[in-house]
Amino acid sequence: MGKVYAPPGTPGSVVTLKSRYDNFIGGTWVAPVKGQYMPNMSPVTGKQFCEVAKSTADDVELALDAAHAAKDAWGEASLADRAAVLNRIADALEANLEMLAVAETWENGKPVRETLAADIPLAIDHFRYFAGATRSLEGRLTEIDKDTVAYHFHEPLGVVGQIIPFNFPLLMAAWKIAPALAAGNCTVLKPASPTPWSILKFAEVVASVVPAGVINIITGPGGEIGKALATSPRIAKIGFTGETTTGRLIMQYAAQNIIPSTTELGGKSPNIFFADVMDKDDSYLDKAIEGLVLYAFNKGEVCTCPSRALIQESIYDKFMARCIERIGKIIQGDPLDTDTMIGPQVSTQQLEKIGSYVDIGLQEGAECLTGGHRSAQTGDLADGYYFEPTVLKGDNKMRVFQEEIFGPVLAVTTFKDEADAVRIANDTIYGLGAGVWTRNGNLAYRMGRAIKAGRVWTNCYHLYPAGAAFGGYKISGVGRENHQMMLEHYTQTKNLLVSYSEQPLGFF
Amino acid sequence: MSEPVPDPAVVATPEALAAVARLVAERGPVMFYQSGGCCDGSLPMCFDDGEFLIGDHDVLLGTLGGAPFYIDPRQYEVWKHTQLILDVGEGAPEGFSLAAGPDTHFITRSRMCTPGPGAANQQL
Repeated sequence: MGKVYAPPGTPGSVVTLKSRYDNFIGGTWVAPVKGQYMPNMSPVTGKQFCEVAKSTADDVELALDAAHAAKDAWGEASLADRAAVLNRIADALEANLEMLAVAETWENGKPVRETLAADIPLAIDHFRYFAGATRSLEGRLTEIDKDTVAYHFHEPLGVVGQIIPFNFPLLMAAWKIAPALAAGNCTVLKPASPTPWSILKFAEVVASVVPAGVINIITGPGGEIGKALATSPRIAKIGFTGETTTGRLIMQYAAQNIIPSTTELGGKSPNIFFADVMDKDDSYLDKAIEGLVLYAFNKGEVCTCPSRALIQESIYDKFMARCIERIGKIIQGDPLDTDTMIGPQVSTQQLEKIGSYVDIGLQEGAECLTGGHRSAQTGDLADGYYFEPTVLKGDNKMRVFQEEIFGPVLAVTTFKDEADAVRIANDTIYGLGAGVWTRNGNLAYRMGRAIKAGRVWTNCYHLYPAGAAFGGYKISGVGRENHQMMLEHYTQTKNLLVSYSEQPLGFF
Repeated sequence: MSEPVPDPAVVATPEALAAVARLVAERGPVMFYQSGGCCDGSLPMCFDDGEFLIGDHDVLLGTLGGAPFYIDPRQYEVWKHTQLILDVGEGAPEGFSLAAGPDTHFITRSRMCTPGPGAANQQL
């Protein structure tokens, strides 16, 4: 029997809950200038559980004021001091791991088994990774000639804007905040509209260990404060994770101010299973089957969701039968129950969109192998946003193979041979992730190099360790995260070109 | 620029047309761009007209209540066998899009179609 956590704010819960939350600016809690708040819903029950600030452009300015006030001291802090702060953040998160996991589950709907074992531990490790990375920051020098030296320093950008999605509220925050701080910047961060609260619980936990103004968090509608932040001439960079059109808009805004942007956008990741996965009925085959079912991880709300399964036709029937059997064992329901494997989608908007995709998939002639409907739940969960784990069999030209559904919907097709697999895998406008499953290492290597995607998981999927660079090919974005190369994205190069010669040039 | 016949590439429900009319009355002209992929993507993004910079290769699918509706050319290639239906759904928009109304957002529904010959000609 699994453990069932009490909802935040109820007796026995590990999470305290206030009825209303303000912005986190300059190390303190600041009410929105216009005094407006917006309801925050739990997808678990479909009911409001608190209010958060409905900020406006005025609040963005306050956050920028605080960040600018802090940026010189933070930018000049020693590497040891910066690393110490990042490590203290990690320690504070670790001391509150269970609380943050339950908070994030309540707000996002992802199963607490995932937040306890993946989201929060990965976020903690991310801060530790960048604490180490900041100590490794080194400039370079070039001896141009005997008396002339070019020194290269990595200088912080100053104040950066960061906008994150709803699918990993705390891990995406960690991916953004840790490298920005490690590189000596202050940040103004806007969480996604459906998940503004768990990051405020993060702020409660780290407020006492981060210098005031280094991290600022403002909540509110993307169209208003996201735009105000991204267009502000007071930011030196904008980092964005989210959908593709908004990413393009962000780059357009960055162009207006001639500042850099990094964007991590959509995907439609192929997960490719070669016939030899079924050569033996062993632990590896079990792993490969789970690898296909990982499309339901975080209810499919993952940019790299392995939402296209390509299965070699010689094993299709046998392999798919095993996978469907495994999918049938997915436990759906209350995400606060550690036995639950799939919770509700994050919002009614997502739920509606998933339904509209299944509808067009069936119109296009896809065959529904399992699921396909909103999942009926009872009691407190009756109004939650649950959708059944779904598998559609069809052709890669169908819309359900070409568009990111962001739900637990797998599109399955078959391929004949290696060349066919490469062709189908790359027949997409996206290039974020991919998976390759085979017992043949040479084949795995060739496939990995042939697939046009930023990350090719090989005999694994959905691992996100710090130290493995993550980012997109094609229209899946520009830039990389999750690696110390991020420090390049968050610094600018200062060159001191110094002459130690006493001799004039002789031109004038 | 010819009208796409026989199946318009994009149409709108009466609710969507009413929402567009209301937005135009309140704020002035608006535009749509069909979003692709991820998070709050795959939805029609509604902006004040001119807010989103239309590129030389974006495809104009049609005009709904006076509002132009565009799509990325690469996305158009894989979507063109379906007709897009602009509709209104419950819940506030989650991204940068304007809301269709109080606590509602625009949504794209789709149906299979034979693309009108005009659709491809509407590439800018």
